[in-house]
Amino acid sequence: MNNQTKPGHFPAGTLEEYRPYLLRYALLQLRDSTLAEDAVQETLLAALESRSKFSGKSSPKTWLTGILKHKIIDLFRKQAKEATQISIEMELGSGAGDFDALFQPDGHWSTWPQAWADPLKNLENQKFWEIFEVCTKLMPANTARAFMMREFLGLSTKEICKDLQISATNCWVMLYRARMSLRLCLQHNWFGGNFEEK
Amino acid sequence: MLTCKEVSKLVSQSLDRRLSLVEWVGLRIHFFVCDGCRRFREQMAFIRRACQHYPH
Repeated sequence: MNNQTKPGHFPAGTLEEYRPYLLRYALLQLRDSTLAEDAVQETLLAALESRSKFSGKSSPKTWLTGILKHKIIDLFRKQAKEATQISIEMELGSGAGDFDALFQPDGHWSTWPQAWADPLKNLENQKFWEIFEVCTKLMPANTARAFMMREFLGLSTKEICKDLQISATNCWVMLYRARMSLRLCLQHNWFGGNFEEK
Repeated sequence: MLTCKEVSKLVSQSLDRRLSLVEWVGLRIHFFVCDGCRRFREQMAFIRRACQHYPH
């Protein structure tokens, strides 16, 4: 894309080019196409209004993603307020034994972690990201929200605890489960599965 | 000595909070003798890196 855009010279007409990318990003986080489309629409409108503030220090894509991230954080906070404590407690309770099968009763691995060969090269692979996105969708709603807030939106666990109104311990539990589930899904469907491209 | 299950939880928490010295030393000792947990730690680090790499 055009990385040479000059400060204050963000051509309004080029904004639309970024819509598909922004939509994919919003959908990954929000898991609801209507919410995602609204967030992207608001992002593009906000960008149009404030494009004179675009400094040109970052690429337009990074700048737009930054605006979108703020919109998503606002939405997550709104959702967290609406989510009842009961649904979060239930999610925490129901997932309690989810990863027990990975371990023997004495706490050793029963399914030994396999080596992931040169994992960083996958970051350039479109197919890897498709699997990654499918894997994030397997997480329960609140767990996914905590994970996205932490890993994609860069919030501290303190902020996440506050937003989701859960204790720090429960926050770590949710993030642990999110990572365990993502790791297991990537192991099965990518690193140890049929999709790996050597 | 920490079990692999405890190690997996501490590795995840190390991405969210500062571990105590005792926890940190416990992990070091465990990694020294356990290939599986070393791999697990690398995989957790990869997941964080992947998330930071998106947008790609």
